[in-house]
Amino acid sequence: MKLKQLEGLLGDLQQFSNPKVELEQYPTGPHIASRMLFTAENSYGDISDKVVADFGCGCGTLSAAAALLDASYVMGFDIDPQSLETATLNAEELEVEIDFVQCDITNLELKGQIVDTAVMNPPFGTRKKGADMEFLSAAMKVASQAVYSLHKTSTREHIKRAALRDFNAKSAEVLCELQYDLPKLYKFHKRKEVDIAVDLWRFEPRQN
Amino acid sequence: MLSCNIKGVSNGFPLRIEAGKVIEKEVDFNPDFLKHMFAKIEWKALVEGARSMGYAELPEDSPDATVLDSGDETFLRKLHHALLELHLEEGALVCPETGRKFPVNKGIPNMLLHEDEV
Ligand SMILES: C[S@@+](CC[C@H](N)C(=O)[O-])C[C@H]1O[C@@H](n2cnc3c(N)ncnc32)[C@H](O)[C@@H]1O
Repeated sequence: MKLKQLEGLLGDLQQFSNPKVELEQYPTGPHIASRMLFTAENSYGDISDKVVADFGCGCGTLSAAAALLDASYVMGFDIDPQSLETATLNAEELEVEIDFVQCDITNLELKGQIVDTAVMNPPFGTRKKGADMEFLSAAMKVASQAVYSLHKTSTREHIKRAALRDFNAKSAEVLCELQYDLPKLYKFHKRKEVDIAVDLWRFEPRQN
Repeated sequence: MLSCNIKGVSNGFPLRIEAGKVIEKEVDFNPDFLKHMFAKIEWKALVEGARSMGYAELPEDSPDATVLDSGDETFLRKLHHALLELHLEEGALVCPETGRKFPVNKGIPNMLLHEDEV
């Protein structure tokens, strides 16, 4: 599938109808989502024929992208049942198979590296400090091959250090810097859209 | 199905499946993927899980890995069905240790813990 085509399909998905501030529910836009998964597939071969997990999947944009790029099995995890309902509809609309699980990533007990690749757009930790790190820590425990994630560019050094030192990463690499526009979903945003710089990371977990 | 299964295998102890409604979906047969998964799954948990959803064709003991490449697809077909085509639509996942039930609604298991369980 071509990048443009992927972006187009993702652009048709439904997004959060009632975003919940405390969960940092902002959509991973089709532009970023398509590039993220496209890179994972075309530069690293981490998607097609792989088992992929999407942490904090929300309405399932990243899960859908993985499924469209021929992941053999995709699972989406989120704490919020409304989002998962939308995600289920999105998957049906695209005619892709995705299994969704409602759970809290921060106390998810998964046994070992049961997926090949994890992809995620975690909460940036602006509402609940450290949420981004909790997601990363969890993802590094379940993926055997690679973790793709978005984090604020301002936290780059911190992320790198934590990944290598605390989260069992063999490598931690910023693939590119992206503009993430947070739509004005929340009252506390003054301007219509706030652009923030985020890094697209690729981490390689050590084999356990 | 796998989510229950992965959940099952993944919570330290396999969760039991309490089947309310099970649906079957047809999924493309992909032998390479199945071989890949075979190495990852906990056999007993899968056998149990499939049985509680009404599918009892899997052998009790984990077959030798050689069967995967034997050219005989019978086993792979069964694995395919149990792993990918059975979906728990309504029901619950039950922790064998505490009896705690995690409900499954519209195919989505709810693994959230209550405040006092965290
Ligand atoms: C930035 S959004 C990701 C959006 C998603 N990639 C999409 O395309 O819609 C972050 C998501 O994490 C979820 N979330 C926040 N805290 C969570 C937690 N503790 N456990 C699981 N999910 C959580 C939110 O519900 C939200 O859907």
